[in-house]
Amino acid sequence: MVDTLWVATLVAMVAGAVGFFTVLRGSTFVAHALPQTAFAGAAGAALLGADPLLGIGTFAVASALGVGWLSRRGRSDVATALVLVLMLGLGGLFLALSAQYSSQVYSLLFGEVLGVSTTQLGPTAGLTAGSLVALALLGRPLLLEAVLGAAADPRGRHRRWLEGAFLVLVAVATTMSVPVVGALLMFSLMVGPPAAARHLTDRPWRALLLSMGLALATVWASVAAAYLSNWPVGFYVGVLGAGVYGTGRLWAARRRRRRGAHLAG
Amino acid sequence: MHVLFEPGFFTDGPVRLALVLGGAVAVVSGLVGVLTVVRGQSFAGHALADIGAAGGSGAFLLGVNPLWGFVVLGLAAAGSMELMGLQRARSRDVATGIVLGAALGLAALFLYLDASYTSTTGVTTTVLFGSIFAVSGSIVPVAAAFAGVAALAVVVLFRPLLLASVNPELAAARGVGVRMVGLAYLLAMAVAVSLSCLTIGAILSTALLIGPAGAALRLTRRPGRAMAVSAALGVAAVWLGILLSYDSYYWPPAGRGWPVSFFVVALVFLFYLASSLRSPRHGHRRGAR
Repeated sequence: MVDTLWVATLVAMVAGAVGFFTVLRGSTFVAHALPQTAFAGAAGAALLGADPLLGIGTFAVASALGVGWLSRRGRSDVATALVLVLMLGLGGLFLALSAQYSSQVYSLLFGEVLGVSTTQLGPTAGLTAGSLVALALLGRPLLLEAVLGAAADPRGRHRRWLEGAFLVLVAVATTMSVPVVGALLMFSLMVGPPAAARHLTDRPWRALLLSMGLALATVWASVAAAYLSNWPVGFYVGVLGAGVYGTGRLWAARRRRRRGAHLAG
Repeated sequence: MHVLFEPGFFTDGPVRLALVLGGAVAVVSGLVGVLTVVRGQSFAGHALADIGAAGGSGAFLLGVNPLWGFVVLGLAAAGSMELMGLQRARSRDVATGIVLGAALGLAALFLYLDASYTSTTGVTTTVLFGSIFAVSGSIVPVAAAFAGVAALAVVVLFRPLLLASVNPELAAARGVGVRMVGLAYLLAMAVAVSLSCLTIGAILSTALLIGPAGAALRLTRRPGRAMAVSAALGVAAVWLGILLSYDSYYWPPAGRGWPVSFFVVALVFLFYLASSLRSPRHGHRRGAR
Protein backbone atom coordinates (compact mmCIF):
# COMPACT_ATOMS: atom_id res chain seq x y z
CA MET A 1 0.00 0.00 0.00
CA VAL A 2 2.88 2.37 0.80
CA ASP A 3 4.61 1.45 -2.47
CA THR A 4 1.35 2.06 -4.31
CA LEU A 5 1.04 5.54 -2.86
CA TRP A 6 4.64 6.38 -3.76
CA VAL A 7 4.29 5.22 -7.34
CA ALA A 8 0.92 6.94 -7.69
CA THR A 9 2.47 10.17 -6.38
CA LEU A 10 5.30 10.03 -8.92
CA VAL A 11 2.92 9.29 -11.77
CA ALA A 12 0.57 12.09 -10.75
CA MET A 13 3.40 14.64 -10.69
CA VAL A 14 4.53 13.73 -14.20
CA ALA A 15 0.97 13.49 -15.53
CA GLY A 16 0.04 16.87 -14.04
CA ALA A 17 3.12 18.55 -15.52
CA VAL A 18 3.13 16.89 -18.96
CA GLY A 19 -0.66 17.14 -19.12
CA PHE A 20 -0.52 20.90 -18.63
CA PHE A 21 1.44 21.29 -21.85
CA THR A 22 -0.71 18.69 -23.59
CA VAL A 23 -3.87 20.65 -22.83
CA LEU A 24 -2.18 23.94 -23.70
CA ARG A 25 -1.12 22.60 -27.09
CA GLY A 26 -4.46 20.89 -27.67
CA SER A 27 -2.77 17.50 -28.11
CA THR A 28 -5.34 15.64 -26.03
CA PHE A 29 -5.75 12.99 -28.68
CA VAL A 30 -2.02 12.18 -28.56
CA ALA A 31 -2.23 11.89 -24.79
CA HIS A 32 -4.97 9.32 -25.29
CA ALA A 33 -3.23 7.45 -28.09
CA LEU A 34 0.35 7.08 -26.83
CA PRO A 35 -0.50 5.31 -23.55
CA GLN A 36 -2.63 2.84 -25.50
CA THR A 37 0.21 1.94 -27.84
CA ALA A 38 1.96 0.54 -24.77
CA PHE A 39 -0.49 -2.32 -25.07
CA ALA A 40 1.08 -3.39 -28.38
CA GLY A 41 4.55 -3.09 -26.87
CA ALA A 42 3.71 -5.27 -23.91
CA ALA A 43 2.01 -7.89 -26.06
CA GLY A 44 4.93 -7.91 -28.51
CA ALA A 45 7.48 -8.27 -25.71
CA ALA A 46 5.49 -11.18 -24.28
CA LEU A 47 5.44 -12.86 -27.71
CA LEU A 48 9.22 -12.58 -28.05
CA GLY A 49 9.90 -13.24 -24.37
CA ALA A 50 11.56 -9.84 -23.93
CA ASP A 51 11.33 -7.40 -21.04
CA PRO A 52 7.89 -5.73 -21.15
CA LEU A 53 9.29 -2.32 -20.22
CA LEU A 54 11.63 -2.47 -23.21
CA GLY A 55 8.76 -3.39 -25.52
CA ILE A 56 6.53 -0.65 -24.17
CA GLY A 57 9.28 1.96 -24.45
CA THR A 58 10.16 0.98 -28.02
CA PHE A 59 6.56 1.04 -29.21
CA ALA A 60 5.69 4.27 -27.41
CA VAL A 61 8.68 6.17 -28.81
CA ALA A 62 8.20 4.68 -32.28
CA SER A 63 4.52 5.72 -32.21
CA ALA A 64 5.46 9.22 -31.07
CA LEU A 65 7.92 9.58 -33.95
CA GLY A 66 5.36 8.10 -36.35
CA VAL A 67 2.69 10.58 -35.28
CA GLY A 68 5.16 13.44 -35.68
CA TRP A 69 6.29 12.27 -39.10
CA LEU A 70 2.77 11.72 -40.47
CA SER A 71 1.50 14.98 -38.96
CA ARG A 72 3.95 16.94 -41.04
CA ARG A 73 2.47 15.39 -44.17
CA GLY A 74 -1.22 15.68 -43.40
CA ARG A 75 -3.81 16.33 -40.75
CA SER A 76 -2.42 15.57 -37.34
CA ASP A 77 -5.63 14.15 -35.85
CA VAL A 78 -5.92 11.70 -38.74
CA ALA A 79 -2.27 10.71 -38.25
CA THR A 80 -2.83 10.13 -34.53
CA ALA A 81 -5.95 8.05 -35.12
CA LEU A 82 -4.23 5.87 -37.71
CA VAL A 83 -1.11 5.25 -35.64
CA LEU A 84 -3.35 4.40 -32.67
CA VAL A 85 -5.43 1.83 -34.55
CA LEU A 86 -2.36 0.36 -36.22
CA MET A 87 -0.76 -0.19 -32.82
CA LEU A 88 -3.95 -1.64 -31.34
CA GLY A 89 -4.29 -3.92 -34.36
CA LEU A 90 -0.69 -5.09 -33.91
CA GLY A 91 -1.35 -5.66 -30.22
CA GLY A 92 -4.38 -7.78 -31.09
CA LEU A 93 -2.25 -9.77 -33.52
CA PHE A 94 0.52 -10.37 -30.96
CA LEU A 95 -2.08 -11.40 -28.43
CA ALA A 96 -3.71 -13.84 -30.83
CA LEU A 97 -0.36 -15.35 -31.85
CA SER A 98 0.90 -15.87 -28.33
CA ALA A 99 -2.49 -16.98 -26.94
CA GLN A 100 -2.29 -14.97 -23.74
CA TYR A 101 -5.08 -14.41 -21.31
CA SER A 102 -7.22 -11.38 -21.86
CA SER A 103 -6.96 -10.40 -18.19
CA GLN A 104 -3.55 -8.98 -19.05
CA VAL A 105 -5.20 -6.68 -21.56
CA TYR A 106 -7.53 -5.48 -18.88
CA SER A 107 -4.73 -4.72 -16.45
CA LEU A 108 -2.69 -2.87 -19.08
CA LEU A 109 -5.63 -0.73 -20.05
CA PHE A 110 -7.11 -0.13 -16.65
CA GLY A 111 -4.17 -0.70 -14.30
CA GLU A 112 -3.43 -2.80 -11.27
CA VAL A 113 -2.18 -0.03 -9.05
CA LEU A 114 -2.77 -1.95 -5.85
CA GLY A 115 -0.40 -4.69 -7.04
CA VAL A 116 2.67 -2.45 -7.27
CA SER A 117 5.86 -4.02 -5.95
CA THR A 118 8.91 -2.34 -4.43
CA THR A 119 11.10 -3.27 -7.40
CA GLN A 120 9.00 -1.03 -9.67
CA LEU A 121 9.72 1.97 -7.51
CA GLY A 122 13.32 2.56 -8.67
CA PRO A 123 12.74 2.72 -12.46
CA THR A 124 9.59 4.79 -11.97
CA ALA A 125 11.43 7.34 -9.83
CA GLY A 126 14.27 7.55 -12.36
CA LEU A 127 11.94 8.13 -15.32
CA THR A 128 9.95 10.66 -13.31
CA ALA A 129 13.08 12.68 -12.56
CA GLY A 130 14.16 12.47 -16.21
CA SER A 131 10.75 13.63 -17.49
CA LEU A 132 10.59 16.55 -15.08
CA VAL A 133 14.11 17.71 -15.98
CA ALA A 134 13.30 17.48 -19.70
CA LEU A 135 10.11 19.42 -19.11
CA ALA A 136 11.99 22.11 -17.19
CA LEU A 137 14.26 22.55 -20.21
CA LEU A 138 11.44 22.47 -22.79
CA GLY A 139 8.95 24.43 -20.70
CA ARG A 140 9.69 27.95 -21.88
CA PRO A 141 9.85 27.26 -25.63
CA LEU A 142 6.75 25.05 -25.40
CA LEU A 143 4.83 27.76 -23.61
CA LEU A 144 5.96 30.40 -26.06
CA GLU A 145 4.94 28.30 -29.02
CA ALA A 146 1.56 27.41 -27.52
CA VAL A 147 0.74 31.07 -26.90
CA LEU A 148 2.23 32.72 -29.96
CA GLY A 149 1.87 29.89 -32.47
CA ALA A 150 3.97 30.32 -35.60
CA ALA A 151 5.02 33.83 -34.50
CA ALA A 152 7.24 32.32 -31.81
CA ASP A 153 9.49 30.90 -34.48
CA PRO A 154 8.65 32.53 -37.81
CA ARG A 155 11.01 30.44 -39.87
CA GLY A 156 9.77 27.21 -38.32
CA ARG A 157 13.27 25.89 -37.81
CA HIS A 158 12.95 24.73 -34.24
CA ARG A 159 9.28 23.90 -34.41
CA ARG A 160 9.76 20.42 -35.79
CA TRP A 161 12.30 19.57 -33.13
CA LEU A 162 10.16 20.98 -30.38
CA GLU A 163 7.14 19.01 -31.57
CA GLY A 164 9.19 15.82 -31.80
CA ALA A 165 10.81 16.32 -28.40
CA PHE A 166 7.43 16.90 -26.78
CA LEU A 167 5.91 13.77 -28.32
CA VAL A 168 8.88 11.68 -27.18
CA LEU A 169 8.50 13.15 -23.71
CA VAL A 170 4.86 12.05 -23.59
CA ALA A 171 6.01 8.62 -24.76
CA VAL A 172 8.60 8.35 -22.00
CA ALA A 173 6.15 9.45 -19.33
CA THR A 174 3.79 6.83 -20.71
CA THR A 175 6.35 4.05 -20.61
CA MET A 176 6.92 4.69 -16.98
CA SER A 177 3.33 4.79 -15.90
CA VAL A 178 1.32 2.40 -18.05
CA PRO A 179 2.64 -0.88 -16.60
CA VAL A 180 1.87 0.45 -13.15
CA VAL A 181 -1.33 2.42 -13.44
CA GLY A 182 -2.72 1.51 -16.87
CA ALA A 183 -3.34 3.54 -20.00
CA LEU A 184 -6.71 4.88 -18.93
CA LEU A 185 -5.56 6.31 -15.62
CA MET A 186 -2.61 8.05 -17.26
CA PHE A 187 -4.89 9.64 -19.85
CA SER A 188 -7.49 10.81 -17.32
CA LEU A 189 -4.76 12.43 -15.22
CA MET A 190 -3.25 14.17 -18.22
CA VAL A 191 -6.55 15.82 -19.16
CA GLY A 192 -8.88 16.51 -16.20
CA PRO A 193 -6.64 18.26 -13.64
CA PRO A 194 -4.65 20.35 -16.18
CA ALA A 195 -7.83 21.51 -17.92
CA ALA A 196 -9.32 22.48 -14.56
CA ALA A 197 -6.12 24.36 -13.61
CA ARG A 198 -6.28 26.37 -16.82
CA HIS A 199 -9.76 27.58 -15.95
CA LEU A 200 -8.74 28.52 -12.41
CA THR A 201 -5.78 30.77 -13.14
CA ASP A 202 -4.39 32.65 -16.12
CA ARG A 203 -0.77 32.60 -15.01
CA PRO A 204 1.04 29.73 -16.71
CA TRP A 205 3.49 28.70 -14.01
CA ARG A 206 0.88 28.88 -11.28
CA ALA A 207 -1.45 26.81 -13.46
CA LEU A 208 1.31 24.24 -13.92
CA LEU A 209 1.77 23.85 -10.16
CA LEU A 210 -1.98 23.81 -9.61
CA SER A 211 -2.34 21.12 -12.26
CA MET A 212 0.23 18.93 -10.50
CA GLY A 213 -1.49 19.53 -7.15
CA LEU A 214 -4.92 18.63 -8.51
CA ALA A 215 -3.52 15.50 -10.14
CA LEU A 216 -1.96 14.47 -6.81
CA ALA A 217 -5.21 15.05 -4.93
CA THR A 218 -7.16 13.06 -7.54
CA VAL A 219 -4.78 10.12 -7.36
CA TRP A 220 -4.58 9.98 -3.58
CA ALA A 221 -8.36 10.15 -3.21
CA SER A 222 -8.78 7.47 -5.88
CA VAL A 223 -6.25 5.07 -4.38
CA ALA A 224 -7.84 5.47 -0.96
CA ALA A 225 -11.34 4.93 -2.33
CA ALA A 226 -10.23 1.91 -4.35
CA TYR A 227 -8.51 0.44 -1.32
CA LEU A 228 -11.63 0.81 0.79
CA SER A 229 -14.22 -0.26 -1.78
CA ASN A 230 -12.26 -2.81 -3.81
CA TRP A 231 -13.52 -1.26 -7.06
CA PRO A 232 -10.94 -0.48 -9.77
CA VAL A 233 -8.77 2.63 -9.35
CA GLY A 234 -9.34 3.55 -12.99
CA PHE A 235 -13.01 4.13 -12.28
CA TYR A 236 -12.32 6.62 -9.49
CA VAL A 237 -9.60 8.46 -11.41
CA GLY A 238 -11.79 8.74 -14.51
CA VAL A 239 -14.83 10.03 -12.67
CA LEU A 240 -12.89 12.26 -10.25
CA GLY A 241 -10.82 13.71 -13.11
CA ALA A 242 -13.98 14.76 -14.92
CA GLY A 243 -15.42 15.99 -11.62
CA VAL A 244 -12.37 18.17 -10.92
CA TYR A 245 -12.71 19.72 -14.36
CA GLY A 246 -16.45 20.36 -13.93
CA THR A 247 -15.92 21.94 -10.51
CA GLY A 248 -13.10 24.08 -11.87
CA ARG A 249 -15.23 25.38 -14.70
CA LEU A 250 -18.21 26.14 -12.46
CA TRP A 251 -15.93 27.92 -10.00
CA ALA A 252 -14.34 30.00 -12.75
CA ALA A 253 -17.76 30.91 -14.20
CA ARG A 254 -19.07 31.97 -10.80
CA ARG A 255 -16.01 34.07 -10.09
CA ARG A 256 -16.26 35.74 -13.47
CA ARG A 257 -19.94 36.52 -12.93
CA ARG A 258 -19.28 37.95 -9.49
CA ARG A 259 -16.45 40.09 -10.79
CA GLY A 260 -18.74 41.27 -13.59
CA ALA A 261 -21.47 42.20 -11.08
CA HIS A 262 -18.90 43.98 -8.95
CA LEU A 263 -17.71 46.05 -11.87
CA ALA A 264 -21.25 46.89 -12.95
CA GLY A 265 -22.30 47.94 -9.46
CA MET B 1 -7.92 -19.64 -58.04
CA HIS B 2 -7.51 -21.84 -55.02
CA VAL B 3 -4.23 -20.18 -54.18
CA LEU B 4 -6.07 -16.94 -53.57
CA PHE B 5 -9.35 -18.18 -52.15
CA GLU B 6 -9.05 -21.09 -49.78
CA PRO B 7 -11.77 -23.69 -50.38
CA GLY B 8 -15.09 -22.83 -48.81
CA PHE B 9 -14.60 -19.07 -48.71
CA PHE B 10 -17.78 -18.24 -50.58
CA THR B 11 -19.97 -21.00 -49.17
CA ASP B 12 -19.26 -20.47 -45.47
CA GLY B 13 -22.22 -18.84 -43.68
CA PRO B 14 -20.39 -16.67 -41.13
CA VAL B 15 -17.93 -15.48 -43.78
CA ARG B 16 -20.73 -14.45 -46.10
CA LEU B 17 -22.48 -12.58 -43.28
CA ALA B 18 -19.18 -10.92 -42.34
CA LEU B 19 -18.64 -9.81 -45.95
CA VAL B 20 -22.13 -8.29 -46.16
CA LEU B 21 -22.15 -6.61 -42.73
CA GLY B 22 -18.53 -5.48 -42.94
CA GLY B 23 -19.12 -4.01 -46.37
CA ALA B 24 -22.22 -2.12 -45.21
CA VAL B 25 -20.39 -0.75 -42.17
CA ALA B 26 -17.45 0.30 -44.33
CA VAL B 27 -19.74 2.23 -46.68
CA VAL B 28 -21.52 4.11 -43.86
CA SER B 29 -18.24 4.81 -42.04
CA GLY B 30 -16.68 6.01 -45.26
CA LEU B 31 -19.52 8.50 -45.88
CA VAL B 32 -19.62 9.83 -42.32
CA GLY B 33 -15.82 9.79 -42.09
CA VAL B 34 -15.28 12.35 -44.84
CA LEU B 35 -17.24 14.92 -42.84
CA THR B 36 -15.40 13.85 -39.66
CA VAL B 37 -12.02 14.46 -41.24
CA VAL B 38 -13.07 17.74 -42.88
CA ARG B 39 -14.33 19.00 -39.52
CA GLY B 40 -11.18 17.78 -37.75
CA GLN B 41 -13.16 15.62 -35.32
CA SER B 42 -11.18 12.39 -35.54
CA PHE B 43 -10.69 12.39 -31.80
CA ALA B 44 -14.44 12.64 -31.19
CA GLY B 45 -14.99 9.82 -33.68
CA HIS B 46 -12.54 7.61 -31.86
CA ALA B 47 -13.79 8.66 -28.43
CA LEU B 48 -17.37 7.69 -29.34
CA ALA B 49 -16.12 4.19 -30.15
CA ASP B 50 -14.43 3.82 -26.77
CA ILE B 51 -17.47 5.29 -25.03
CA GLY B 52 -19.67 2.84 -26.88
CA ALA B 53 -17.48 0.10 -25.46
CA ALA B 54 -18.33 1.36 -21.97
CA GLY B 55 -22.01 1.15 -22.90
CA GLY B 56 -21.55 -2.35 -24.28
CA SER B 57 -19.89 -3.61 -21.11
CA GLY B 58 -22.61 -1.95 -19.02
CA ALA B 59 -25.26 -3.72 -21.07
CA PHE B 60 -23.52 -7.05 -20.47
CA LEU B 61 -23.82 -6.31 -16.76
CA LEU B 62 -27.53 -5.52 -16.91
CA GLY B 63 -28.17 -8.45 -19.20
CA VAL B 64 -29.78 -6.34 -21.92
CA ASN B 65 -28.89 -6.33 -25.59
CA PRO B 66 -25.46 -4.61 -25.93
CA LEU B 67 -26.93 -2.63 -28.80
CA TRP B 68 -28.86 -0.43 -26.38
CA GLY B 69 -25.78 0.18 -24.26
CA PHE B 70 -23.80 1.29 -27.30
CA VAL B 71 -26.48 3.62 -28.63
CA VAL B 72 -27.66 5.16 -25.35
CA LEU B 73 -24.20 5.95 -24.01
CA GLY B 74 -22.97 7.09 -27.44
CA LEU B 75 -25.83 9.57 -27.85
CA ALA B 76 -25.44 10.80 -24.26
CA ALA B 77 -21.71 11.36 -24.76
CA ALA B 78 -22.22 13.16 -28.06
CA GLY B 79 -24.79 15.41 -26.38
CA SER B 80 -22.54 16.26 -23.45
CA MET B 81 -19.54 16.98 -25.68
CA GLU B 82 -21.64 19.49 -27.55
CA LEU B 83 -23.12 20.86 -24.31
CA MET B 84 -19.65 21.68 -23.00
CA GLY B 85 -19.92 23.87 -26.04
CA LEU B 86 -16.34 24.70 -26.86
CA GLN B 87 -16.17 26.04 -30.35
CA ARG B 88 -12.43 26.38 -30.84
CA ALA B 89 -10.76 23.22 -32.08
CA ARG B 90 -8.24 23.03 -29.25
CA SER B 91 -10.74 23.28 -26.42
CA ARG B 92 -13.09 20.97 -28.28
CA ASP B 93 -10.49 18.23 -28.04
CA VAL B 94 -10.17 18.88 -24.31
CA ALA B 95 -13.96 18.55 -23.90
CA THR B 96 -13.84 15.28 -25.82
CA GLY B 97 -11.01 14.09 -23.59
CA ILE B 98 -12.90 14.87 -20.39
CA VAL B 99 -16.01 13.01 -21.52
CA LEU B 100 -13.87 10.12 -22.74
CA GLY B 101 -11.97 9.92 -19.45
CA ALA B 102 -15.18 9.71 -17.44
CA ALA B 103 -16.64 7.10 -19.79
CA LEU B 104 -13.48 4.98 -19.65
CA GLY B 105 -13.69 5.11 -15.87
CA LEU B 106 -17.20 3.71 -16.12
CA ALA B 107 -15.94 1.06 -18.54
CA ALA B 108 -13.29 0.01 -16.02
CA LEU B 109 -15.97 -0.40 -13.39
CA PHE B 110 -18.42 -2.26 -15.64
CA LEU B 111 -15.76 -4.64 -16.93
CA TYR B 112 -14.58 -5.32 -13.40
CA LEU B 113 -18.12 -6.03 -12.27
CA ASP B 114 -18.77 -8.15 -15.38
CA ALA B 115 -15.77 -10.28 -14.55
CA SER B 116 -16.62 -10.67 -10.88
CA TYR B 117 -20.40 -11.16 -10.97
CA THR B 118 -21.44 -12.55 -14.32
CA SER B 119 -18.26 -14.58 -14.96
CA THR B 120 -18.15 -13.44 -18.57
CA THR B 121 -14.41 -13.36 -19.06
CA GLY B 122 -12.94 -11.96 -22.21
CA VAL B 123 -15.50 -9.16 -22.46
CA THR B 124 -12.61 -6.70 -22.76
CA THR B 125 -11.22 -8.29 -25.88
CA THR B 126 -14.64 -8.89 -27.39
CA VAL B 127 -15.72 -5.29 -26.94
CA LEU B 128 -12.42 -3.82 -28.11
CA PHE B 129 -11.44 -6.11 -30.93
CA GLY B 130 -14.87 -7.37 -31.88
CA SER B 131 -15.28 -10.58 -33.80
CA ILE B 132 -16.80 -10.10 -37.18
CA PHE B 133 -17.13 -13.87 -37.69
CA ALA B 134 -19.22 -14.27 -34.55
CA VAL B 135 -21.91 -11.74 -35.44
CA SER B 136 -25.35 -13.25 -35.15
CA GLY B 137 -27.70 -12.96 -38.09
CA SER B 138 -30.47 -11.50 -35.92
CA ILE B 139 -28.62 -8.22 -35.79
CA VAL B 140 -28.96 -7.56 -39.51
CA PRO B 141 -32.32 -5.70 -39.53
CA VAL B 142 -31.30 -3.41 -36.67
CA ALA B 143 -27.90 -2.78 -38.21
CA ALA B 144 -29.56 -1.98 -41.53
CA ALA B 145 -31.90 0.50 -39.82
CA PHE B 146 -28.96 2.22 -38.11
CA ALA B 147 -26.97 2.38 -41.30
CA GLY B 148 -29.98 3.89 -43.03
CA VAL B 149 -30.44 6.56 -40.36
CA ALA B 150 -26.77 7.56 -40.40
CA ALA B 151 -26.56 7.65 -44.20
CA LEU B 152 -29.79 9.66 -44.44
CA ALA B 153 -28.50 12.16 -41.87
CA VAL B 154 -25.31 12.63 -43.87
CA VAL B 155 -27.27 13.28 -47.05
CA VAL B 156 -29.62 15.77 -45.37
CA LEU B 157 -26.88 17.55 -43.43
CA PHE B 158 -24.33 17.48 -46.22
CA ARG B 159 -24.56 21.00 -47.62
CA PRO B 160 -25.23 23.05 -44.45
CA LEU B 161 -22.65 21.03 -42.54
CA LEU B 162 -19.97 21.51 -45.16
CA LEU B 163 -20.60 25.25 -45.18
CA ALA B 164 -20.61 25.38 -41.38
CA SER B 165 -17.34 23.43 -41.29
CA VAL B 166 -15.51 25.52 -43.85
CA ASN B 167 -16.84 28.94 -42.95
CA PRO B 168 -19.00 29.20 -39.79
CA GLU B 169 -19.56 32.97 -40.11
CA LEU B 170 -20.83 32.71 -43.65
CA ALA B 171 -23.04 29.78 -42.68
CA ALA B 172 -24.55 31.73 -39.78
CA ALA B 173 -25.19 34.69 -42.07
CA ARG B 174 -27.05 32.40 -44.44
CA GLY B 175 -29.34 31.26 -41.65
CA VAL B 176 -27.70 27.91 -40.89
CA GLY B 177 -27.87 27.04 -37.19
CA VAL B 178 -24.18 26.20 -36.85
CA ARG B 179 -24.48 24.65 -33.41
CA MET B 180 -27.62 22.69 -34.22
CA VAL B 181 -26.08 21.30 -37.39
CA GLY B 182 -22.94 20.39 -35.44
CA LEU B 183 -24.99 18.59 -32.79
CA ALA B 184 -27.08 16.74 -35.38
CA TYR B 185 -23.90 15.64 -37.09
CA LEU B 186 -22.34 14.47 -33.81
CA LEU B 187 -25.45 12.41 -33.05
CA ALA B 188 -25.40 10.88 -36.53
CA MET B 189 -21.75 10.01 -36.01
CA ALA B 190 -22.63 8.43 -32.66
CA VAL B 191 -25.19 6.19 -34.39
CA ALA B 192 -22.75 5.21 -37.13
CA VAL B 193 -19.94 4.50 -34.67
CA SER B 194 -22.22 2.46 -32.37
CA LEU B 195 -23.24 0.37 -35.34
CA SER B 196 -19.67 -0.32 -36.38
CA CYS B 197 -18.49 -0.93 -32.81
CA LEU B 198 -21.21 -3.48 -32.34
CA THR B 199 -20.41 -5.40 -35.50
CA ILE B 200 -16.66 -5.04 -35.91
CA GLY B 201 -15.29 -3.71 -32.59
CA ALA B 202 -13.97 -0.37 -31.41
CA ILE B 203 -10.57 -0.53 -33.14
CA LEU B 204 -11.87 -1.26 -36.61
CA SER B 205 -14.59 1.32 -36.11
CA THR B 206 -12.01 4.10 -35.78
CA ALA B 207 -9.85 2.68 -38.55
CA LEU B 208 -12.73 2.61 -41.06
CA LEU B 209 -14.06 6.03 -40.01
CA ILE B 210 -10.78 7.93 -40.33
CA GLY B 211 -8.41 6.00 -42.60
CA PRO B 212 -10.31 5.71 -45.90
CA ALA B 213 -11.70 9.24 -45.53
CA GLY B 214 -8.25 10.65 -44.82
CA ALA B 215 -6.84 8.90 -47.89
CA ALA B 216 -9.77 9.94 -50.09
CA LEU B 217 -9.45 13.59 -49.13
CA ARG B 218 -5.84 13.50 -50.25
CA LEU B 219 -6.77 12.00 -53.60
CA THR B 220 -9.57 14.40 -54.45
CA ARG B 221 -10.76 17.74 -53.13
CA ARG B 222 -14.41 17.43 -54.12
CA PRO B 223 -16.45 16.27 -51.11
CA GLY B 224 -18.92 14.16 -53.10
CA ARG B 225 -16.20 12.33 -54.96
CA ALA B 226 -14.18 11.93 -51.75
CA MET B 227 -17.17 10.18 -50.17
CA ALA B 228 -17.38 7.69 -53.02
CA VAL B 229 -13.63 7.01 -52.94
CA SER B 230 -13.66 6.71 -49.16
CA ALA B 231 -16.52 4.19 -49.16
CA ALA B 232 -14.82 2.16 -51.89
CA LEU B 233 -11.49 2.10 -50.04
CA GLY B 234 -13.24 1.03 -46.84
CA VAL B 235 -15.06 -1.82 -48.52
CA ALA B 236 -11.84 -2.94 -50.23
CA ALA B 237 -9.97 -2.97 -46.91
CA VAL B 238 -12.69 -4.97 -45.14
CA TRP B 239 -13.15 -7.54 -47.89
CA LEU B 240 -9.43 -8.04 -48.43
CA GLY B 241 -8.92 -8.24 -44.68
CA ILE B 242 -11.55 -10.94 -44.30
CA LEU B 243 -10.06 -12.87 -47.22
CA LEU B 244 -6.52 -12.69 -45.80
CA SER B 245 -7.71 -13.64 -42.35
CA TYR B 246 -9.56 -16.63 -43.80
CA ASP B 247 -6.48 -17.69 -45.76
CA SER B 248 -4.19 -17.21 -42.77
CA TYR B 249 -5.70 -20.18 -41.00
CA TYR B 250 -2.76 -22.35 -42.03
CA TRP B 251 -0.12 -19.66 -41.53
CA PRO B 252 2.59 -19.97 -38.87
CA PRO B 253 3.11 -19.94 -36.00
CA ALA B 254 -0.02 -21.25 -34.34
CA GLY B 255 -2.30 -22.44 -37.12
CA ARG B 256 -5.20 -20.60 -35.49
CA GLY B 257 -5.49 -17.82 -38.01
CA TRP B 258 -4.53 -14.18 -37.69
CA PRO B 259 -7.12 -11.66 -36.51
CA VAL B 260 -9.21 -9.81 -39.10
CA SER B 261 -8.78 -6.53 -37.24
CA PHE B 262 -5.03 -6.60 -37.84
CA PHE B 263 -5.37 -7.13 -41.59
CA VAL B 264 -8.01 -4.45 -42.03
CA VAL B 265 -6.08 -1.90 -39.97
CA ALA B 266 -2.84 -2.65 -41.80
CA LEU B 267 -4.57 -2.29 -45.19
CA VAL B 268 -6.19 1.01 -44.18
CA PHE B 269 -2.82 2.30 -43.04
CA LEU B 270 -1.20 1.25 -46.33
CA PHE B 271 -3.95 2.98 -48.32
CA TYR B 272 -3.33 6.16 -46.35
CA LEU B 273 0.43 6.01 -46.93
CA ALA B 274 -0.08 5.27 -50.62
CA SER B 275 -2.46 8.21 -50.99
CA SER B 276 0.27 10.61 -49.91
CA LEU B 277 2.36 9.53 -52.89
CA ARG B 278 -0.03 11.19 -55.31
CA SER B 279 -1.70 13.92 -53.39
CA PRO B 280 -2.96 16.83 -55.50
CA ARG B 281 -1.06 20.11 -55.12
CA HIS B 282 1.10 18.66 -52.44
CA GLY B 283 3.09 21.84 -51.92
CA HIS B 284 0.05 23.87 -50.85
CA ARG B 285 -1.09 21.34 -48.34
CA ARG B 286 1.20 22.22 -45.52
CA GLY B 287 0.23 25.84 -45.59
CA ALA B 288 -3.46 25.05 -45.79
CA ARG B 289 -3.49 22.77 -42.80
